[in-house]
Amino acid sequence: MFLADERGAWKPFAGGTDLMVLFEAGKLLHKKFVNIWNLPELRGIEVTTEHVTLGALTTYTEVQANETLQEEFPMLCQAASETGGLAIQNRGTLGGNIANASPAGDSPPALLVYDAELELVSARGSRFVPYHGFHTGYKQMLMRADELIKSIRLPRRTETRHHYYRKVGTRKAQAISKICFAGVAQMNGDQIRDVRIALGSVAPVVVRCQKTEDVLRNQKVDATTVSAARAELAREISPIDDIRSTANYRLQVALNVLEDFLTNL
Amino acid sequence: MPDASGKVEINCTVNSEARTLHVFPMARLLDVLREELRLTGTKEGCGEGECGACSVLIDGALVNSCLVPVLQVEGALIKTIEGVATGEQLHVVQEAFIACGGAQCGICTPGMVIAAVNLLERTPNPNEAEIRAGLAGNLCRCTGYMKIFEAVVKACQSSSTTKTQRHREEPGI
Repeated sequence: MFLADERGAWKPFAGGTDLMVLFEAGKLLHKKFVNIWNLPELRGIEVTTEHVTLGALTTYTEVQANETLQEEFPMLCQAASETGGLAIQNRGTLGGNIANASPAGDSPPALLVYDAELELVSARGSRFVPYHGFHTGYKQMLMRADELIKSIRLPRRTETRHHYYRKVGTRKAQAISKICFAGVAQMNGDQIRDVRIALGSVAPVVVRCQKTEDVLRNQKVDATTVSAARAELAREISPIDDIRSTANYRLQVALNVLEDFLTNL
Repeated sequence: MPDASGKVEINCTVNSEARTLHVFPMARLLDVLREELRLTGTKEGCGEGECGACSVLIDGALVNSCLVPVLQVEGALIKTIEGVATGEQLHVVQEAFIACGGAQCGICTPGMVIAAVNLLERTPNPNEAEIRAGLAGNLCRCTGYMKIFEAVVKACQSSSTTKTQRHREEPGI
């Protein structure tokens, strides 16, 4: 109700792994915080025949421990295991990672290729939005000031898929990504029947690379295909120089990781 | 609700002792432990969740106390480095850190010990990868980590003889 009454004045506060750093540095514009950490409605992982639904407050530790996620959405578990160290994983939440809207988040590329949907709630009700397209620009997202992410819903798939997740950072634990890659592919013999690719830290938002996917669909994985995909991905991403890496390094590594994904199918 | 000064009452248990705190709700648990409760064993390193020096356990889970606003520990069970030993009897992890030279300047040590104690609570017989993952969020600038790693291995061996066998079988330890 706080979120609705003084729209934009209150900031939901979950595990604090991002917000507490900004708060202490005096970089948060908000002066009022709603503690949502203990809300049971935003917790828990529910598995139905169609979906796996994760409460927005599901921690990285809880993600890693869930057997259905391990079997069907392994890249989400891997992303969770490579986010910070254990103390961060015990407090950091999936919903917080989305709402923080960093282009360098580790779980968003996995959520994108798994066709995640978000349930947003407010005093007016609830609505589902696709996660793809949710982030519209740097730290911008399609969420109103009175809305809260309630859950993240992943559609379950029965077909066999290849999952490939790769985070490249300065250090194995605790480092924020230089780039982060998630790819999922379904094969038909030696041809790629369907493929989804997403990358973090190479654009103002975490990006689904649909043009590169189009180049790959219904193709055999050979040198020509790999080369065409590399060329398309180079056009599709826009890495920059910043404190963690350079545009050139990010581009090269993104292309090399794409090739590694494809040659391991 | 906050009083006129903006402070709230928080009830929690710290090292098995019930505590009532009058604190600003957004105060860092780290500062409350050190300044209100004078439990200065918990150290501040980076203050942004990168180094693990301020590690404590909340309801058995390892956390960085610099990132926890104190309002979120209402009703919680907190364990700090001061609560690891039993009276004068050191924990096996503390004994092992002494025996192996796992502490040098000492700033990371309380966090390292808490993380190691937590690891052994969750995984009494950790393998090499589990030890590395359990301590991955704790940085040390002195030891080069090997002596800390050896201390954790020794602590496992001290608490069970069956583990000795397992660690001997694993190369590189």
